[in-house]
Order: sequence, then C-alpha cells, then structure tokens
Amino acid sequence: MTPIFATDINGLLLALAVLLAGGLLCLLAGPRARLAHLLGASTAALASLIGLTAALPALSVAGSQQVALSWPAAGLNLALTLDPLAAFFLLPIFLLTFCGALYAIDYLHFPARSWRAGLHWFFYNTLGASMAVVVLAANGLVFMLAWELMSLSSFFLVTHDYQEEKVRQAGWLYLVATHIGAAFLFFVFFEASRVAGSLDFASFAALRALPVDATLLLFFAALIGFGAKAGLFPLHVWLPDAHPAAPSHVSAIMSGVMIKTALYGLLRLLTWLPPIPAWAGIAVALLGITGALFGIAMAATQTDIKRSLAYSTVENIGLIFLGLGLWLFCQATGHEQAAVLALVGALLHIWNHSLFKGLLFLGAGSVVHATGKRELSALGGLLRRMPLTGSLLLFGAAAISALPPLNGFISEWLLYLSLFNAGQDAAGGAAFFFMLLAILLALTGGLVVLVMTRLLGVALQGEPRSAAAAEAHESSAVLIAAMSIPAALCLLVGVMPQLPLQGISGPLLTLLAPNHAPTGSPLLPPFGPAWSLSLLTGLAALVAIVAIRTWRRRNASRLATWGCGYLKPSARMAYTAGSYSQFAQDTVFCSCVTPTGASTRGPALFPPPAQFGQERLDPALTRWFLPLFGKLAERAYAFRRLQAGQLSIYVLYIFIATILLLGWGIMAP
Amino acid sequence: MIIRLLLHFLLLAGLSPLLIGVITRTKAIIAGRQGAPLWQPYRDLRRLFGKDMVLSSTTTWVFRAGPVVGIAVPLIAALLIPFGAVGAPLSFSGDLVLFVYLFGLARFFTVLAALDTGSSFEGMGAAREATFSCLAEPTLFVAFIVLARISGSFTLDTMFKTLLANNLQTVYGVSLVLTAICLFIILLAENSRIPFDDPNTHLELTMIHEVMVLDHSGPDFGLILYGAAMKLMVMGTLVVNFIMPPSTGDLFVDAAFYTAALLALAVGIGLVESGMARLRLLKVPQLLIGTSLLSFFALVLLLR
Repeated sequence: MTPIFATDINGLLLALAVLLAGGLLCLLAGPRARLAHLLGASTAALASLIGLTAALPALSVAGSQQVALSWPAAGLNLALTLDPLAAFFLLPIFLLTFCGALYAIDYLHFPARSWRAGLHWFFYNTLGASMAVVVLAANGLVFMLAWELMSLSSFFLVTHDYQEEKVRQAGWLYLVATHIGAAFLFFVFFEASRVAGSLDFASFAALRALPVDATLLLFFAALIGFGAKAGLFPLHVWLPDAHPAAPSHVSAIMSGVMIKTALYGLLRLLTWLPPIPAWAGIAVALLGITGALFGIAMAATQTDIKRSLAYSTVENIGLIFLGLGLWLFCQATGHEQAAVLALVGALLHIWNHSLFKGLLFLGAGSVVHATGKRELSALGGLLRRMPLTGSLLLFGAAAISALPPLNGFISEWLLYLSLFNAGQDAAGGAAFFFMLLAILLALTGGLVVLVMTRLLGVALQGEPRSAAAAEAHESSAVLIAAMSIPAALCLLVGVMPQLPLQGISGPLLTLLAPNHAPTGSPLLPPFGPAWSLSLLTGLAALVAIVAIRTWRRRNASRLATWGCGYLKPSARMAYTAGSYSQFAQDTVFCSCVTPTGASTRGPALFPPPAQFGQERLDPALTRWFLPLFGKLAERAYAFRRLQAGQLSIYVLYIFIATILLLGWGIMAP
Repeated sequence: MIIRLLLHFLLLAGLSPLLIGVITRTKAIIAGRQGAPLWQPYRDLRRLFGKDMVLSSTTTWVFRAGPVVGIAVPLIAALLIPFGAVGAPLSFSGDLVLFVYLFGLARFFTVLAALDTGSSFEGMGAAREATFSCLAEPTLFVAFIVLARISGSFTLDTMFKTLLANNLQTVYGVSLVLTAICLFIILLAENSRIPFDDPNTHLELTMIHEVMVLDHSGPDFGLILYGAAMKLMVMGTLVVNFIMPPSTGDLFVDAAFYTAALLALAVGIGLVESGMARLRLLKVPQLLIGTSLLSFFALVLLLR
C-alpha cells in the first residue's frame, strides 16, 4: 500500500475522532452555552473539512483501504473500509455537515446558561460521525451500531424544541418508523451472516450463490428496512412531520444526506447479491414513480413551507428509486446502455438532491429565522426584504425544478435518456412501459415547477402577509455563506457536468463490477461540446438582451401594482397558496391527496358566523398505517393480563422462560 | 455552421412578428374587416421599445428577469431544431429533453414575474399557466418519443427532417399524422391561442397569458410580445417540419420554402381562431388530456 492510501482513511479516522471529541467537549462545557456553541460548531466544521479532503481522492481510486480494530475475545471485529462507493456518500455527508455547522452559528440561539447548546452539539457531532461510520462500515455489527446511533442522535435533534407537543409527536413517529425499519435490517444482516458465516462484509461475497427466492427475500426486506429510512413511498409517513419539526440545519442534513445513507445500504447490498430478477426492478421503478407523483402532489397542497419541502424530498427519493429500479430491470433484461444511464442518473441525483434540498431547507430556515413563521399565508414580500436569501432560495428552486443550466436538469436528463434508450431497444409492451414512465416523469417535472413557483411566489413575492413578514431583515453573512456553498455547487454541476460524471465513474464501476462484463464501450454518456455551446449561446443571448435593455433604459416610475384603480395594494388582494394550487387539485390530482375541509356555514337565511378549516393529512398514514397499528394494538391488549404488577410474578416468568430455553437448547441439535 | 447559426437567428428575429401579423390579418379578413397591415406587430414593438416604463413598487428583480428569460429561451431553443431543410446549428443526442426543459425555464420565470406583482389577476394567470403546462408537457414528450422511435435518433435535428415526405406511405404514416395534430394543438395551447386562451381580450377572468403580463409596460412588455412571437414560431416550426420537402441543396431556397410553409401555418391558425370560440376554462384540461390520449394512440399504433 502506498502512503497516500494510508493518509486517506487515516484522515477519515481523524475526522471521526474530532467529531466525537468535539461532541464530548460540548457536553463537558456544561451549562456554559456560548462555549459549547462555539466548540460544537468549530469542531464539526473542522472535522468536515478534514473528512472532505480525505474522501475526495478516494472517489477515483479503485480498490479499498481498510482499518480494523479486532477484539477476538468478544468476537468483535470493528472494521472500516473506504472505497469509491463509500467516498461517494462521504462527500455530501461532510459537505452538508460543514454547511449545517456554519449555518447553526447564527441560526441557533441559546439562553446564556443552559445545557441545551451542549446537548444539541453533542448530538449534531454524533450524527455526523455516525453517518460517516455507516457508509464506512465493513461489518454488519458496526453498520447496525452506527445506524442506531444515527437514528437516535437525529431523533434528539428533531426534538430540539421538545416543549412543543407537535414536535414530540413528530419525534415519536420518526422513532417508531425508523425502528420498524431497523428490525427488517437486523433480519437482513442476520440472514446474510447465517449464509456467509460471519458478519464481515468481506465474507458476504458468499451471498452470490444464493437461490433466487432467498435473494428476493433479502432484497425486499432490505427495501422495506432502508425504504423506511429513505422515505420511499408508502413508508415515508414520518418524513413530512419530522423535517418541519427539526431545526432547519438539521432538516437540511436529514433530508439532504441522512436518508441517503439508506440508499447507500441498499446499493451496498446489491453488490453482494446475485442479479435481481427483472420484475423486482419493475416493482422498484413503479414504487419510485408512484412516490414521486404522490410526493409532489402532496407538496402542492401543503401550507407549511418546510412540510412542502419535505414532501418534495419524498418526490426526489421516488425519482432516485425510479433510476435504481430501471437499472436493475435493464441489467436483468440486457439493455446495457440504458442500465448504465439509469444508474448514473440515480447516483447523480443523490448528489444533486443533497445540494439543492440542503440549500432549500437552509433558505427556508432563514425565512423562519427572520419571521418566526412557517405558514405560507404568513410570509410574503420577503424577496424585497431579504434579497440575498430570497435569490438563493429561488436558485435552489430552479435547480430542483430541473431547469437548465442547473444540476437537477443533468440527472433528470440522464433518467430520460435511459428511458428513451430502453424504449427504443424494446418492442411492444415493454417499450410502452418505458414510454409510460417517461411521460409520468414529464408530468412530475411539470408539477415540480408548479410547487416551486407556489412556494416562491407566495412566500417571497407580493406584499407581506403578516406584520412579522413586513419587518423581516436580511440574514446575516454567515447564513448567506452557508447557503452559497451548495448553490455554487449546483451551478458547477449544471454547467460542467463532465466533472461530477467523472467523479461518479469510480462508484459506478464498484456497483457494476459484479454483474457487468467490461465491454470497452464508454460507460458515461457524452456531454459533448454542443452542451457547452448551448450554454454559451444562452449566456450570450442573455447578455445581449440585458445590454440592449440597459442601453435603452428609461426612467422607470414606481407605482402600485394595478388593482382596478385601487392604489393601496395589500396581501388580502393577492392570490393565496391555497388558491394557487386549487386549479391543479381540481383538474390533475387524485382526490386522495386533496385536503379535507370542514365548514360550519349553514344554509340559513341569516347565517351565523362561519368557520372553515382544512387538514392535510397524509393518506398513507391515515388510511393505511394508523388503522393497521390500531388493529395490532387491539390484539396486543390481550397480553395486558400478563402484567400483574407484582415482582414475584415477573420472577416466575423469568424462571419459566429460562427453563423453556434450557429445554430448547437441549432438544435442538 | 456560423452561416446556419446566423440564418436561424435572422429568420427567427425577422419573421416571428410577421406570423402574428398574418394571423391577425387572416382573422380580420374572415370577419369581413380590412384589418391592420401585416407589419403592424413590428410597429407595435418599435413603439413599445421607445416608451417609458412603469414598475410596480411591490416588484423585485424577478419581475424584470421574466421578459429577458422569456425571449432568451426561444432564441436558444430555436438553435436545436431544424427550420425545414435548414439543419439545426446545435444538436446532441438527447437535446429533445433540453428543448422541453428550456420552455420550463421560461415558464418558471414568467410565472414568478407574474406572482411578483402580488396581484390576484396575475396569480390567477400564473396558476393556470403552471397547471396547463403540466398537462401539455407529457403530450410534447409523447410526440417526441414517436418521432424518436421512427427516426431511431434522440436528436431533434434528425427527428424532424423530412418526416411525411419519407414516411407517409409506410406503416408510420398514421402515427405521424396523429402526432402532427397533437403538436398543432400543443402549439395552440402553449401560445395561448383560441380555443385555449384569447390573445385579444384584456382583463377577462378566463385568460391565462395576457393576465400574467398585465403589469409589464414599455420595453419589458415589448420583450414579452417579441418572445411570445418567437415561441409561436419555434413551436410552429415543429408542426411545419412535418410537411417540408427534402433539402434542395441551396440553403436559401430551403429557407424560402420554410418561410412559405410557416406563413401558411399562420393562416391556418388564423382560420382556426376565426372558426371557433374559446373553450370554457374547465373544458381546457379535458382537451389537453384528450390530446395526450391521442398522442398515446399514435404511440400504440407505432408499437403494435
């Protein structure tokens, strides 16, 4: 091994050590909130920078580097491995941890003497470290330990404002959902270790000999387990509650990267399993596109800015799963080119989504910070009052709407191209299936523009809709700086797609290697000079038009917006969030996602004062999961009789259980 | 390539207002009036560019960016498609997605510029525009997929060359005709023509496009009108390309053929607008979904 390798993984170990030590130091700082705040933010930022510099070179280095801490007496093998696939996920993790730490400096305010700063930063640093360990783990035990640590630390971060009832509820929902997912993952790893003989990932190569039904069992158990964390429809139910409840930099990290660790887990599992049958790929792709359409339709009806963004995360995760399912399907059916395009598209979308969703959550956080409101109907007029923050939000919204020349366009372009390629190769029904997916993708794209223009138009533009919004001021330079980093990267990826695509080729080979015979044909799609030329022409056209207009500039007089002669524009005259999406609700959406309303207005001749309220409940939660768990709880009530509340009875239980286990131990061969 | 680039720009910039003039004139003649001269749109533009501007005190830079993006997008999109037998100056595999999403970019900024005024008129128009495009965009994709399937290429330049002349007698004929009809309907919808929207009304609550630009004035309004004309020409080119003859070899003869076909299309649009009234707003989604189904049918015929 060359020394360069050693510094790579050692750099990551150093980053982990700084994160953990920083977290502990914050706890030691005790109630000195200011000290803990500075310590926490600086160690998190420092560790992220170390981690970034260590992970970046590993992206393109084929092969893996290991460190192991064996403890044979306890049967433990704490091993970490760094390979291109791990580096691919480490980069956004450390990037957003850095931006989040920077952002939190000015975003969070603690009373001068309180434990909360220390606790917050302890969990923040632990979250960063555990996410990194999840993608570095080389052992099922390490993976699940880090996974649990990640779930718990993010749970405590979500319940930062634990005094609020809604936040506690959101936290519990998240905790339950993530642990149901974890149960499936435990099953996956125990089953895998039973086959492979150990929990070491290196030994999981033995899984390649699995028969098809065992493979499918593992795959779908992992899909449920990881899907619950990733927010795959219909397991996303925790996500729209948890993201708005958390502080915004935590939302950015959770939505931007934490849920992506689940995608890492699934991708890593796929490198061990034998090829997945084609129909499973179709199932994943269909789940993905259903989730995308569902998520974006729900996002269009939300009135809470962060909740709307959370549903948009469900949509983007759906798109990523669409790409992954397409990859599996095309690989199983021999559409080589389409398979590679789909996988590249999905991988790039993972990066892209962490960039623009990180940016959008941070921007939404600045809005919340400046106004104290999350309701769209209480914002408005902020682009005038917070020009930089507003413009950055607009930038992120354009990126997530997949508009050229920003990064979202590149990954969606790859997905389209994959669908078209597969559709061109296939015949009859299969071709129609791909075309249908392409058309649904186009519909999703149109709806994203609707959702994003709604968010921006209602929250940032027009007249302020509340006194708080009217008094908002621009965010501090630190907040702006933290948001500018992902924004700049969005532009970079969009303008120079060759760069990230080269970066992706390393993880791509790791993923394709098991099932892919190197054909010699270029793996990556060509972004030829025509792309750059189109951008240049576009830029030239823009510059020319702006130049001509500046040259012809006249004195523009400022008057109120035309309101049929009324000269005092007010927010009461403006279109609201509800009215903006009403038309789409009535004509495009399925009735299951529209808000349920209750009105007290009666048909009386002289009607009494009326009330009107709307609820935007998640249909997957209210129609499927709550009834299901309600039924389960009813059944479980039968077991309450066992709870006698007397110590002697419990001792008896333990005794009986021990006897039974002993008996089972003797009987079992 | 430079010559083709210049030719594209010149044709687009020079010809697009004339199309509007031809449509208006056709409608006037059918209605028994004499009508404005054909070059009235050019005069309108010159007048608007010479005017002062009134800006709403509510607005921000987005309000001024809308018209700029609205005219830049058709300029770039036009470079990706062939003007009849005059090939596209820029093309790469998969540029059809760029074409569709460029118009998404224009819509994003137009809608935001409208919402920037904080007026409910503009909000109404913006909501309608965003919703209708959701329904129109898939049809455009299906049409492109049909053409890609026939031509075996994902490059707009190859997809749109000499379509009917080569394929009308083959099994693709029916699909092509259906696709052309779909594209014509999308042209009407995306450019706010009758039966989707009435470009001549002002301040009616059933409008889409005109109501979004109520607060724009002077040069900015000129840019919007010019951009709308260019968009009409770009979308019209997609339709016209179906019937264009193969290249004669001379670039300028090809351009002349193309111009003639485009003017004929403008007359056609004028005839359609004279012959029918605007649909009720609630019927518009039905028509758009019907068009999607029609394009699906074209695709199924192709795949059978």
